[in-house]
Formats: sequence, structure tokens, C-alpha cells
Amino acid sequence: MSQVTWIKGGRVIDPKSERDEISDIFISNGKIIDRPSRETLAKADTIEATGLVASPGLVDLHVHFRVPGETHKETIFSGTSSAAAGGFTSVVCMPNTSPPADTAGTIQYIKDAVDRESIVHVFPTACITVGSEGERLAPTGSLRDAGAVAISDGGKCLQNSGLMRRAVEYANMFNMPVIDHCEDYSLSANGVMNEGLVSTKLGLRGSPTEAEDIMISRDVILSAKTGAHIHIQHVSSRNAIDIIRRAKSRGVNISAEATPHHMCFSELEVSDFNTNFKMNPPLRSEEDRLAILEGLEDGTIDCIASGHAPHTDYEKDVEFDYAPNGVIGLETALGATLNQLYHSKRLDLPRTLSLLTYQPAQILNLNKGTLEIGADADVTLFDPECEWTPQSNSFQSKSSNSPWINRTLKGKVIQTFVSGKLVFDNGQILGS
Amino acid sequence: MATSGMPWFRKDLISTEELSPEEIQTVFKTTAAFKKILGRKTAKTPSLRGKTVVNLFFENSTRTRVAFEMAATKLSADVMSLDMKTSSTSKGETLRDTVENIHALAADMIVIRHSAPGSAAYISKVLDIPVLNAGDGAHEHPTQALLDCFTLHEKFGSLKGLKIAILGDILYSRVARSNLWAMTKLGAEVTLVGPATLVPREFEQFGVTVSHDLKSALADKDAVMLLRIQHERQNASAFPSINEYTRMFGLNKTRLSWLKENAVIMHPGPINRGVEIDSELADSPQSVILEQVTNGLATRMACLYLCSGGKAEALTGS
Repeated sequence: MSQVTWIKGGRVIDPKSERDEISDIFISNGKIIDRPSRETLAKADTIEATGLVASPGLVDLHVHFRVPGETHKETIFSGTSSAAAGGFTSVVCMPNTSPPADTAGTIQYIKDAVDRESIVHVFPTACITVGSEGERLAPTGSLRDAGAVAISDGGKCLQNSGLMRRAVEYANMFNMPVIDHCEDYSLSANGVMNEGLVSTKLGLRGSPTEAEDIMISRDVILSAKTGAHIHIQHVSSRNAIDIIRRAKSRGVNISAEATPHHMCFSELEVSDFNTNFKMNPPLRSEEDRLAILEGLEDGTIDCIASGHAPHTDYEKDVEFDYAPNGVIGLETALGATLNQLYHSKRLDLPRTLSLLTYQPAQILNLNKGTLEIGADADVTLFDPECEWTPQSNSFQSKSSNSPWINRTLKGKVIQTFVSGKLVFDNGQILGS
Repeated sequence: MATSGMPWFRKDLISTEELSPEEIQTVFKTTAAFKKILGRKTAKTPSLRGKTVVNLFFENSTRTRVAFEMAATKLSADVMSLDMKTSSTSKGETLRDTVENIHALAADMIVIRHSAPGSAAYISKVLDIPVLNAGDGAHEHPTQALLDCFTLHEKFGSLKGLKIAILGDILYSRVARSNLWAMTKLGAEVTLVGPATLVPREFEQFGVTVSHDLKSALADKDAVMLLRIQHERQNASAFPSINEYTRMFGLNKTRLSWLKENAVIMHPGPINRGVEIDSELADSPQSVILEQVTNGLATRMACLYLCSGGKAEALTGS
């Protein structure tokens, strides 16, 4: 038997197999294996994990790695380093690159960059429509053959419901989930923050939750009609959560994600025009925020996704109206999630981790997010009690547009293994 | 009077929301003192001699820009007004770089108008010199509110208990926002009135009344402030037509009679005669529109003076 890694004495939590015990994990040839013989163990590389949680490597369905075209914001190496530092071993990157990922050639380009630079597993998605312009369908079948795991128009929302119906029908033939950023542009009307008390006070153009609610309703209706799986990105409105809850109770094939920033912050954070709190959908009211936590608690929302959207400091350091939408989130997602769900006693640790591991993996049929024997040895070791306060220079990401700068998080990743290889070790990126 | 009686410790004037009632009174007293000086034969003071005031106007303005230029001139400052629409920002320079360059050219104070809410607050954090907000999008226009309140203060002796209606496009109005903070801080009762699409209910949470019924909103008011219908902005779908607006919400003689008998008509300008106000009302004895403009000069002098570190006591002689 080849060399074995022995992760020793941690609290091993595998939500998929409902395992939660102080135990060991054994890795060989990049896979999780059963306890090997005593002779093999005597020669194993041991990793002391006492006091730590050993979780399946985290899975993020929503990141923007800016390749191709915007490598000043992020590259595959910096993006996957950020993932590893945050305990994520599998990430799904959105197709709103430059050019958008709407051809097999662009998907191949991304895969080549991933082969060269990546230190975690990267799964690309492709556009629903050509150029994400919402006018004609991109070649979904060819895009799947090239390696796309789902289709999405990235940060854009297909406004034409007739075309959306055709898109989901067509993609369903290939078993390709459709991922949607739900926004009715006639209602959001170039709003730069949530429409409500704070926008009224600041004179900033508001985007109402109804812009999201109406498009989510549309997607529910189209999914019900076609049977196609639609995954709703970054749900932020309490009405939308209620719409999803009722659709799921009728068996509609939809899934939904929430982001750590919508779980942690409300529109009040925008009061001093800090552009690190500008994203789309915007931070909503406190009632909306609490509804997200309830949606995670009762299973209406299936998973947590960071929405990791890097932008340089000079792009964000402008008037609020002109700043680009989005914040980075890979390195803070675990701590933020633990704060809101586990430390706040809403969920126990295994259920909290299920939202970051096998539940997101299942949505896109990724064979990830578990510590079962034979699975890829993607393992994250973290200290759930360790407090830390991110600074603008704390990040592995090329960008530092984080709303958690100077906010204390409880829960820190110590080591990350990808296919059995240690890629992140106590603050250091190893490999590539 | 002790210094603590006329507090002002700010280098910047960004909003009325952040001012205390006492600070607003300090502005009033300083404004009154400058108004007296303006009445003299040599209407000039050396208060800002040797200082350079730069007006950065990223948005169109005549009245406010001229008032600030005039105010700085009357205070003996060197003054420079830059039309930023034709400058380096149109070449892609960021606001931070623009203002840091102007600072590097030895500006002592900056007056800024910009279409983006928060832009004045933003540059006040970038620069350590005084920054005065001359309008940031739909957020605030503090000197306008201070001159409006000063005008009412002169007319009525105090704003305490005054009933004031602000009528028109509230949603997109920085003047309405700055006035509602200043007026309520001074004890006035404020009613915002206009079409439901331009006067959202959210405003009620700021301690004012929201109404869409003109008659009841104007009843018993001491003053009505009209706002221009900004049809050049993106609110074309907020009401069917200018004609319809005038029919439903324009101020005319009949509607004027719904107010108190001695009520005053205010307007921050520019007025659209025949739209939000009948032409003859704009020129009627009840109109204080031109007094507002005159008070605007003394108010800007007061604000420049106070933000440059000047003491109210030094002018009022106490």
C-alpha cells in the first residue's frame, strides 16, 4: 500500500453519513480509506487534529474567478488559494467573464487554466444565452460536453420568460441544472441598494425585494411546468423565501442558496456609503435577514454559497453609485456561517456543515462533500472556537473587498486537503 | 455669551441630519451678522483673506454656484469654480484622484456638488481640509435647508410649532431631505405632500407626515415649500404628465387659500412657472422666493466662515 495520511483524534463530522465522533481519517492515493493495518499506520504521515473539527472539504456553488479577462481582480490561482484558505475544496465558477463563457472554447480555456493553476477542484458553468444578453440560447449541449456543470447568465437575469422556458426545457434534456440570479429589471430600475428606510434617507436609488420575488415566482412556475431543476442564487427577501417554501412543499424541483453576507448584514450597513456593502441583490431589511436564517433552519434554503466576487480597491474606492456590485467571501464564509447558525445555537454543527458540504454538492450532482470510504480525500480541519478579525491584508484573494474587515469571526480553518494533498496549512498556501 | 452658547466644531458641512439644534442656531446667528455686513456700503469682510475656496461642480447649477462664489468673494477669499463635467473626470479620473490633485494645488476649502449621494462625505474623508456639500444627488443640500430655515426664522421669529408643507417631488429631492431634518430639529411640524409615486410612506419614519391629499395637507399651514418637478430625471413614469401634475398638485390661488392667511410660499428654485406654481403667485407678496436667494448668500458666508474655524462670537460682538 502506498503512503497513508492519518488525521488523528479530531471531531470527524460527515453530515451525509451522519457521522459525528472523535475519530480518525485515513487517506491514501487521494481517497478516503478504511483504517489500514497496524504496519501501514506505523509508517503513516500523522496529522494531529485533537480539538479540531474534521469536515468534508467545503463546497461553494457560487464564485467569480474572473478568468478569462479580468485577472487584475482574481486568477484561478488566487481564487483557488482563497478557497483553500477558507476551507473550500470544490467551487463552481460563474460564466460572467470577459468574454462570457458561452462557447466550448471558453470553457476549455477555463479548464486549461484550472489544470495549470488550481489548487482546489473547480467546476465551470456556462451561459444560458449568447453573451448572457438574453436573446438567443447558447449551445447548452456542447457546453456540457466541454465540461460545464450547469448553465447560468451569471450576474444577469434572463428577462424574457418565453426564452427562459425554452432554456430550462432544453437544458433539462441534458440534466443540466439552470442557475438563476433572479431580478426583474423593470422593478430594480438601476437601484444601488435595497429600497426601504435607508435608501429613502440616503437618497440612493432603491431596488425593491419584489424585483427578486417576481422572478423567483416565474422560475417556480416554469420549473413546475417543465420539471426542470432551477437553482435560485443568493435569496435575500423574506417573501421570496416564502415562495420557495411553498413551491417545495408542492414538490417543485427548485433549490436555493443564501450568502453569508445576506445572513450577517442588513441595509443599515450602507448608512455610511461603504462600498464593501454594495452587492446585488442588496443587503435587505433586518426582517429579511432573519427570514434567511429561518429558511436555512427549516431547510427551505438548501445551501450556503459565498458569491465570492472580487473587485480591486481602486474599483471599489469610488462614489457608491459607481462602485461595482459584489464582495469576496470564500475566506470568511465558514466563520460567518458558524457565527450565525452554530454559535447562535440555531443549528448544531453537523447540520450547519451540511449546508456547506454535501447539500450544495447534491444540487449540481457533484460527487463531493463527504468523508465516506472511497470519496475524494477533500478534508477541512478547522477550529470552531478560534476568533479572528480579518484585515484588508488578510486575504489570499487578489482583492480585499470584504464586508468582514474589522469584524470578528469565530471559526478558523487550520488545514485544507484536496484529494489527499495538503494545500493550506496554518495560513500558508502550499503547492501549485 | 460663552463660546458654548454658539457651538460649531466641524470642519465639514455634509448634512443637516448630523447637526444639533444648537449648531443650526449658531449658523442663524452668524448668518444674521453677515446679513448686517452685507447691508453696509463696503459689504466685504477679511475673514477668509489669503484662503482659496474651490467650487467643484459635477452637476449643473447656477444659483448655488454663484451664491458660493459670491459668498467666498465677500469673505475676501480667492475663489475658483470648476465645471467638472468638462474636466479630467470625463477622461476617467476617479473622484479621489481629482480632489487630491486639487488639494495638492493648495486649495483651502472645497465646495462640491455631485450627482452621487455620499460623494461629499466621501471626499471629506479623503481630504483634511473643509468640505461643504452643495448637493449630493438626492441625499442632502444642507446650505439650502439652512437658508430656508433662516428665512422662516426671520419671518416667524422661530420655527417652533410652525406647520410647514413641502410639496412636490420628494423622492428625488435633496432639498426636501435636508429641510425635513433641519425643520424637525427646530421644532416645526412637517408634512410632505405629492403623488404617492414621489412621496413614499417610508418618510413617516423620520418624524414627518406623508400626505397625498393636497387640501388637508395645506390646511392651517404657516408655509408651503414647493419643489420643482424634475422631469429631466428618471421619474418620467412617476406621474402621467406635467399637465396632470399641475391639475392635481400645482399651487394656484384657490389652493393658496387653504393655507393660513399670512402663510408664505417658498421655493428653492429654479421655478417652473405654470407647472408647480401659478406665475402670479410666484410674484405675490406672500412669496419669499427672492428673500431665500438673498439669505442664501449670507448663509453660505456663515457656513464657509464657521467651517474655516471662524467663531460666531467674533462677529456678533459678544
